[in-house]
Amino acid sequence: MSLSTTDVFDPSARWQLSGQVSLRDEAFGALAYHHGNRRLVFLKSPELVAIVRGLSQYSSAHEAINAFVEPSSHERYVVALASLFRSELLCGR
Amino acid sequence: MGADTSLRDRFEHGLAAPICLTWELTYACNLACTHCLSSSGRRDPLELSTSEAKALIDEIAAMQIFYINIGGGEPMIRRDFFEIVEHAVHQKVGVKFSTNGTRIDASAARRLAAIDYLDIQISIDGADAETSDRIRGAGSYAQARRAMDHLKDANFGEFKISVVMTRDNIGQLDEFQALADHYGAQLRLTRLRPSGRGVEVWESLHPTREQNRQLYEWLLEHPQVLTGDSFFHLSALGDPLDGLNLCGAGRVVCLIDPIGEVYACPFVIHDEFKAGNVRESGFAHVWRESPLFRSLREPGNPGACASCGSYDACRGGCMAAKFFTGLELTDPDPECVFGHGETALDARRVVLRPTPSPDHSKSVAVRLVSRKSLV
Repeated sequence: MSLSTTDVFDPSARWQLSGQVSLRDEAFGALAYHHGNRRLVFLKSPELVAIVRGLSQYSSAHEAINAFVEPSSHERYVVALASLFRSELLCGR
Repeated sequence: MGADTSLRDRFEHGLAAPICLTWELTYACNLACTHCLSSSGRRDPLELSTSEAKALIDEIAAMQIFYINIGGGEPMIRRDFFEIVEHAVHQKVGVKFSTNGTRIDASAARRLAAIDYLDIQISIDGADAETSDRIRGAGSYAQARRAMDHLKDANFGEFKISVVMTRDNIGQLDEFQALADHYGAQLRLTRLRPSGRGVEVWESLHPTREQNRQLYEWLLEHPQVLTGDSFFHLSALGDPLDGLNLCGAGRVVCLIDPIGEVYACPFVIHDEFKAGNVRESGFAHVWRESPLFRSLREPGNPGACASCGSYDACRGGCMAAKFFTGLELTDPDPECVFGHGETALDARRVVLRPTPSPDHSKSVAVRLVSRKSLV
């Protein structure tokens, strides 16, 4: 299956949490629920929750990640955000 | 995706609020299915009023519970059914409700189709009228199919067809899938539990070991089929089935019954698993503070399963299935894929099965024969 450009998560673009998504804090991080596609997703670290909540305040996903985690973990969080994007939890702005 | 063990360990300690909250709206039902988990039939005079139901939804919304699973009884029998559903979805509390479909005519289908955040599960227990009606009563299959037709005509979208797996219908898996495809519906398969009136039919209707293996393989081949994490006891056969693969009772799952009693899961409507009542202290307090729920969040005791190499895959299986077949909670699941549950049952000269606590069966339904109580 070939990927069109809209299927690819660009971490240098501006992102925000979809308006269809609710977050609920839990000890391990948070639960995210997409009311449209009914997907329940687990955000498995408090840092990821902070990044996702902060996304709309930064001019790119890279910047949001830099604000909350050490550079050595940066790539891991790009991968995590790309996964949330594929579940339609994130949208561009 | 297989089970994520680190996350599963977290879930064993419980969450701030349930993921899967089932709320049986009424014990009233116009059918009398032989395997009814909640022994439904007659309305209970103490059922929550409309204003109590709405207050409960407000609390559910405040706890950020994303959706509720509404069942019964037949929930659409309540005159305030739409009022309750609309009160929930207006606060973005999604509703998934289970129905026998008898109350879904063309106009109800159009009204349902107009509601956002609403999912419908229509129950049948056979891919043909003969098989299904044996469990659900004469004419029930035709009525369910009419409801599906109405939903399709009203462009409801993707509803769910919900089937309890029995010895009689496991051979019809492909036919169930074909029926779902015909309607553009999703197929949902769940496990027969020996709960409620199911205690009477479980012995003769639960799948054989060979059928359980067949079901497991079919589920692996059809990952789009929903199961509500129902068959985690089968994960001991090899690759884990999709889902959390753990007993969520009191940890991520619970049940609120029509009179506000909170139970650990939909399959243990029994005094032993009652955590409290929403009328007395509110739901959040019961969820967070009930001694029963706190104890269920302690690490599980593998008991007789400790020496089995598959304990990590199935975690000893379903608490309700053990309890209502008279096994100890530390025994293997009665449908353990290796037959350890059957051995445990056989080892008991006298099996003392608990009597279901509340029974709202209609007197015209088959009366339960008297059974020895655990107490």
